[in-house]
Amino acid sequence: MSLINYSSREINCKIVYYGPGLCGKTTNLQYVYNKVDPSTKGKLITLATEMDRTLFFDFLPLELGTVKGFKTRFHLYTVPGQVYYDASRKLILRGVDGIVFIADSQRARYDANIESLYNLHENLEEYNLKVDDVPFVIQYNKRDMTDIIDLEELQQELNPEGHPDFEAVATRGDGVFDTLKCVAKGVLKKLSQN
Amino acid sequence: MVKADWTIYEEDYWAINSVLKELIENSNSQSVILIDKTGQLIASVGLEPEFDLMSFASLCAADFEANAQLAMLIGERDFSTLYHQGSDESMYLSRVAQAIILVVLFNKRTTLGLVRLRVKKAVEGLNTILNGLFEKLEYENEDLKEFDETFAEELNREIDSLFQD
Repeated sequence: MSLINYSSREINCKIVYYGPGLCGKTTNLQYVYNKVDPSTKGKLITLATEMDRTLFFDFLPLELGTVKGFKTRFHLYTVPGQVYYDASRKLILRGVDGIVFIADSQRARYDANIESLYNLHENLEEYNLKVDDVPFVIQYNKRDMTDIIDLEELQQELNPEGHPDFEAVATRGDGVFDTLKCVAKGVLKKLSQN
Repeated sequence: MVKADWTIYEEDYWAINSVLKELIENSNSQSVILIDKTGQLIASVGLEPEFDLMSFASLCAADFEANAQLAMLIGERDFSTLYHQGSDESMYLSRVAQAIILVVLFNKRTTLGLVRLRVKKAVEGLNTILNGLFEKLEYENEDLKEFDETFAEELNREIDSLFQD
């Protein structure tokens, strides 16, 4: 939920990275965290299990420069991907301004992608939202792996509406910033058009 | 034109601030922080915390929400207050006007009883201000008139320069 604070002259927006377990949501955030100017970022908070699986969420605040006296901040969140943690996913979606869906391109994860996307639709409904109501970007991650699904097939199954999409290898950073830029601009566009 | 889901106007901010300042003084606590349920920081008064306030706000919101879900599991509507006790520093969280969380940080200079008592009074004051603000937003939710279409363009340039490999 975007919040404008006139007194502290701040605009805050929330972007959520969604997707099946081990698709690379946390890796996306870690890459962003490592690459952006230290003065623009807050602490990267990770609530993970000992096995590095996200338990509740990851959180990274990013600050754009001041424009017309207002400081704009993006709060990036990831959800836990494992099916088991649905209650947590639902909570993180509260007040979302933009969504990145990270799909795992590997054939073995085909069903997991579909299940996670379906779960996103279901959880958004709890807040009376649809995917079309918020800026939505899809990232096809792990394009460097063997036995991956063709882009066309992934698009047909996961993105028939033609939302913006990017191929990525998040461990190398390929496609990470393109995805983030696209969703961030979508959020600002929506904010200025409402 | 820029519109947010919700907006805090200057006069409301200062009204909120004065309630928070009164709470700090009357309860002998160190810091008082106001957060919305999505984890956005609204206001912070008292000693400036040494930790990252943004992270703190997002974790408090998650804490409150997770506890609300636990409450529902045991048949409660929610827990309207939470208390975390440390050996030196403690936290007391209270729900305000449905969508806001008030967090008080305090140490041994005061007691939980006093904090709880003063928070109760502060919550009444904040409820009035915030419910008034939410009502106003339903009718007004004013545009940020000082912004024109160049605002989004300038922010887009900021995004391009910040987010790069």
